[in-house]
Amino acid sequence: MIGGVYGVFLSFDLFLLFVFYEVAIIPKYFLIAIWGSTRREYAAMKLALYSFVGSAMVLIGLLAAYATAGSHSTGLVELAHAGLPASFQMWCFPLVFTGFAILAGMWPFHTWAPTGHVAAPTAASMLLAGVVMKLGAYGCLRVAIALFPRGLDPWGISFIGIGSWRDVFAVLAVVGIVYGALVALAQTDFKFVIGYSSVSHMGFVLLGLMTLNQIGVTGAVLQMFSHGIIAGLLFAIVGRIVYDRTHTRQLAELETMHLSKRLPFAAWAFVIAGMASIGMPGFSGFWAEIQVLVGAWQVNPWWVAAAGIGIVVGVAYIWRAMQKAFFSDLLPSAHVLEQEHEHNFAAITWPEVTGVVLLAGVSLFVGLYPKILLDAIEPAVKALLAGGVQ
Amino acid sequence: MNYADLFRFTAPETALELAALLVLVVDLGVLRKASLNVRVTVAALLGVAGCGVALCAMGFQYGFGLYVDESLVLATGHGVTIAQAGILVLTALTLLLLIGSDFTRHVGEYVAVVLMAASGGLLVASARDLLVIFVGLELLSLSLYIMTAFAKSSGKSAEAALKYYLFGGMSAAFLLFGFSYLYGLSGTTDLYWMQYYIGEAGPSPLLYVAWIFIVVGLGFKIAVVPFHLWAPDTYEGAPASAAAFIASVSKVASFALLLTISGNLLMPGGVSGQKDVVERLLHNEYLTWQSLAMIFLIVAAASMIVGNLAALAQVSVRRLLAYSAIAHAGYILLGVATLRIYSGQGSPFQFLLSTIGPAIRSSNAVLFYVLTYGLTTIGAFGVVSVVERATGSDKLDAFLGLHKRNPLLATVLLVLFLSLAGIPPLVGFWAKFNLFAAVLGVSAGPVPFTLVSLAVAMSAVSLYYYLQVLKRAYVMPAVDESPIKAHPVTLAVLVLIATTVVVLGCFPALLQNWIASFYPAL
Repeated sequence: MIGGVYGVFLSFDLFLLFVFYEVAIIPKYFLIAIWGSTRREYAAMKLALYSFVGSAMVLIGLLAAYATAGSHSTGLVELAHAGLPASFQMWCFPLVFTGFAILAGMWPFHTWAPTGHVAAPTAASMLLAGVVMKLGAYGCLRVAIALFPRGLDPWGISFIGIGSWRDVFAVLAVVGIVYGALVALAQTDFKFVIGYSSVSHMGFVLLGLMTLNQIGVTGAVLQMFSHGIIAGLLFAIVGRIVYDRTHTRQLAELETMHLSKRLPFAAWAFVIAGMASIGMPGFSGFWAEIQVLVGAWQVNPWWVAAAGIGIVVGVAYIWRAMQKAFFSDLLPSAHVLEQEHEHNFAAITWPEVTGVVLLAGVSLFVGLYPKILLDAIEPAVKALLAGGVQ
Repeated sequence: MNYADLFRFTAPETALELAALLVLVVDLGVLRKASLNVRVTVAALLGVAGCGVALCAMGFQYGFGLYVDESLVLATGHGVTIAQAGILVLTALTLLLLIGSDFTRHVGEYVAVVLMAASGGLLVASARDLLVIFVGLELLSLSLYIMTAFAKSSGKSAEAALKYYLFGGMSAAFLLFGFSYLYGLSGTTDLYWMQYYIGEAGPSPLLYVAWIFIVVGLGFKIAVVPFHLWAPDTYEGAPASAAAFIASVSKVASFALLLTISGNLLMPGGVSGQKDVVERLLHNEYLTWQSLAMIFLIVAAASMIVGNLAALAQVSVRRLLAYSAIAHAGYILLGVATLRIYSGQGSPFQFLLSTIGPAIRSSNAVLFYVLTYGLTTIGAFGVVSVVERATGSDKLDAFLGLHKRNPLLATVLLVLFLSLAGIPPLVGFWAKFNLFAAVLGVSAGPVPFTLVSLAVAMSAVSLYYYLQVLKRAYVMPAVDESPIKAHPVTLAVLVLIATTVVVLGCFPALLQNWIASFYPAL
């Protein structure tokens, strides 16, 4: 599966890209269905079908582009230069974009993501959030936008402020940000909180892409990277460190366990990860989101206002989860206390420490010194926006 | 043409018939006292040898560059050779899967009937004359009815055969009636000349009636909606090897026939003379083909939808495979129907020239699809038959925990079903991709595009039911964990098929280049 993912990122040929994209689907199904937890068969099937439908849409779009261009090459560069007619791009763009965006967790096609994340074994959820969702976003940027730039042109008519596909997808992205955050706030399962936070964060990526200006798209790419790190970190803490010891992910049950005292490392790790997740300055998430928001402001301030709600709610759900899971003062029942005395949680192992420190460290490093990534991203984005594919 | 020529042209068919007689003699004469196992093995191996000899005879034919006589009733070269070779290889595989089975004591007869069906298939694939087509189809169909009924101890087998026979008889009548109209309209039974007369006369209402009757007859053979009703029952009731044969060899032969009909209608053969005369003839021929293609397109769309949706509800894996076969027939028919859709605008001769390349690619894609589909589906039936013999059922739940009970078998199942679903890097993906790309390459416009979109969407639906089987094999807990034993030959053949599916998936050019090598350079 990782082979498939690498293939996608490296491919310049559309056809190869598509093949690798599909190669990644089936292993995901078996990863979740065999080694998963909560409702794993349902979640795995849902994920596989959503991905396959997404890839089918992409395939239709690509076949159409191939046929319309009349060339016998499926190279990205050749197709981008083939000068596809604007009317064709107009309907082909949403098709391909939506196909990829399904995998990126765009609202309202996000429902596979939380269930998939929750059901998957920890390592697989880290992969899903950290890598696979990026695949979708990458496809949106690299294929949909690069190949059908005219698809983003205004329709010529405007209905309640929506006058092009760009507005449509931007609005969907904003809805995803706010909706993901609100739903995360209402979850009782710790892992679902993280799952929906992924939906919310991927909304930022899509919003950034739709700004189509230098700063917004750069932010989107940075957010892809940053979310990969942070979501991986959160899933590692929740799934690996906490769940393996407490055997529950219900916030209500975790409340009674005094985890901040019994697993101080986990608690502090989550505080750091949470800060990164809500976009505190100093972490990579901050630079990504601020760039996306600045970019979006240049296009339409209302998007920023709405996304701002998402950020505020983001603080709330992380805080709520943190408080409930780790820092609750709720008195445990006598029964639980009794159990508690019988066995303590296993000590934190060094792979866990290494993993957490590495991920948090990268996020912090990029947050403090974003130039290291921006230097790589900016020229590529500039070239892409200029209309050429490198 | 003298009898020696005719014999040379029919060398592969003759080899198969001789092999059939030999099997009968050996089984009923020499091996009367031998055990069932020995008899099955010997008969199957003799049959495979017969296929091998027929294949060599074909190579011989091809190597000597048979000259093509205008009055010939059999076509040669191109798609015919590919389809015939495919039929022989697939027949050999079904025969190998027979080894170790015990559904009948009449082994010699069964193998002989299989070989006769295969020779019928060869005739159908190469026929260019309406009468030969009909004789070939009847030879194939009658043999298939018998094969379906061969598990005499099973009531289902008899029921399946009766349904198949009744539907088949009816559709043969339709086909023959349609042929008689064609003959009446053109005064010839040779497809090569017929298009000339049809082009001369122009489209007439009678012609449409003939087309509809012919679609009914051929639609039955390839099991497309609405002529598919026999398929689920037949696939469920027939002995596994017979079902595999129906799903693969008979499909290859029928699609080869469809390609012959369309190819003859679309190629300018027999047309010569003044430019305006040629243009008029071609124009009429294309309009004729268009009317037939439209019927095909409707049928193809219906098959894709009904096949895939009905498969979702199945609990029997054989019935599931039957509905999936209906869906696949829909995809392939799409490739045949869109070979050349002429808009009626512009010069038909220019249109002909501009579409020769794409049309050949398109028919290559059809052949590639039907051959690889046949291969995959034989393997799938092989796995089903092993599981069936161990558990006594072909229900979905019979596959529970297969990866613990026989890991190798489960792996084969995984590969084959994912290939049927069209997941890369397996051969099913390339088959679909080539076909859809070829369809779009050969005929632009909203109709082909909508249908291709429908096909892609429907193949997304199909992933669900293929995964239902794989889920039981890999994910859900096993009820019974006793190992399932498969006959070593069966297992070897299944592994061979799965390996081929993977290898061709990684290097599709191996088969594509071979298919393309039969055509003059483009």
